[in-house]
Amino acid sequence: MWLTNSSVGRKVVMSVTGLFLVLFVTFHALMNAVALISFEAYDKICEFLGANWYAVAGTLVLAAGFAIHIIFAFWLTFQNRKARGNNRYAVNSRPKNVEWASQNMLVLGIIVCCFMILHLVQFWAEMQLPELMGEHVQNGTFYLKATFSQWWVLPIYLIGFAALWFHISHGFWSAFQTLGTANDKWIERWQRISKWWASIVFILFAVEALYFTGYFTGKCVIAL
Amino acid sequence: MDTNISFKLKVWRQANAHDEGRFETYEMNDIPTDTSFLEMLDILNEQLIEKGQEPVTFDHDCREGICGMCSLYVNGHPHGPATGATTCQLYMRRFHDGDTITVEPWRSAAFPVIKDLMVNRNAFDQIQQAGGYVSFQTGGAQDANAIPISKEAADEAMDSATCIGCGACVAACKNGSAMLFLSAKVSQFALLPQGRAEAKRRVKAMLAKMDELGFGNCTNTGACAAECPKNIKLSNIARLNREFICAKCKD
Repeated sequence: MWLTNSSVGRKVVMSVTGLFLVLFVTFHALMNAVALISFEAYDKICEFLGANWYAVAGTLVLAAGFAIHIIFAFWLTFQNRKARGNNRYAVNSRPKNVEWASQNMLVLGIIVCCFMILHLVQFWAEMQLPELMGEHVQNGTFYLKATFSQWWVLPIYLIGFAALWFHISHGFWSAFQTLGTANDKWIERWQRISKWWASIVFILFAVEALYFTGYFTGKCVIAL
Repeated sequence: MDTNISFKLKVWRQANAHDEGRFETYEMNDIPTDTSFLEMLDILNEQLIEKGQEPVTFDHDCREGICGMCSLYVNGHPHGPATGATTCQLYMRRFHDGDTITVEPWRSAAFPVIKDLMVNRNAFDQIQQAGGYVSFQTGGAQDANAIPISKEAADEAMDSATCIGCGACVAACKNGSAMLFLSAKVSQFALLPQGRAEAKRRVKAMLAKMDELGFGNCTNTGACAAECPKNIKLSNIARLNREFICAKCKD
């Protein structure tokens, strides 16, 4: 199977799962944005994405996407470290057009992963999971309040979003490069789109977290 | 302009492939700035020989930037701090009086050190042998203008063909990947009708050979293209990916 036993194939798997996860993250940010306008509408969305078969199927596909992306990330990194050899350079320098994020994707991914586990514990383990077990769950806004009324949540979330920004700002264009859809013109275009996409997702998430924190702690962090 | 500089030279010394290796520091005094980097190493070796010590082994041949034999990782850059130039095209005017210049060999599992600063780059020859050529069916030669080739394609193919196979891309890559080298070799043929006939077989065979030899996976950091002495472009890697994915999908 060329997707697992060739270097380009393995990178194709990383690209396709990565782009799928970028789409998911974008959808997630947009869905949260509904709560900025109306908490009732947000509750409706949470209800819609509860324990219905389509939501469960979607969750399984998503989980598979994450799992494959993470497993391949460790596998590729292991191979790459081996290819680099045991001797490291005494003097290292990063050429000026090499992005910092591109050389630290694994570390950034691990930070995003840690953030994701916390986020799953705070929301998924309280919402979809108990519902699947047949327990009664509150509406979505209840959990927003439970989470964002704690002072430490906002800074942790902002760190997670920042790591996500760096991860997407490289991963997005890199995926198109790996899939062969780039040339001299398009490399720069994809890089620019990459930065824009990552920034829009970051701003959406950050504004949402700031708004919820302000709303639920009673302190107005931002005046919307 | 003929000033002289004195500096410390920190050179990687390794007796053979099995030796652990270590840095040795040499004081270089009054080196004219119009000396090339390799001439400076020649001066060092003369001094070492006079003292009855083992001279530093390093690769070099044409000394005009076209053979791809010189290597050296100087102050954190393959082929030194100059851009678009090989080590033999590097001059001491790039450095300053009192500097410490660190010289290391290419470090990659696929390029084992033979001695001191010399590494075995035979892996590149093996990749080339796997398909980096065109097998001609000789016969009556066609009219020269029978198959038109666009100026863009001809230029791109020529630019890709300027790769001298020095291995700076592998040395610069944090993953020890040879994708820039491979993509240049694949592109120079993929862009021309002569190369199209064997394009699918070529890309599959060369990539399989590269993977087999223990080079890493490309993560598109772009350090290779930034350090390439021949300015081979990153877009070649996208072309290689495209060629490979298409070839595999058609199987």
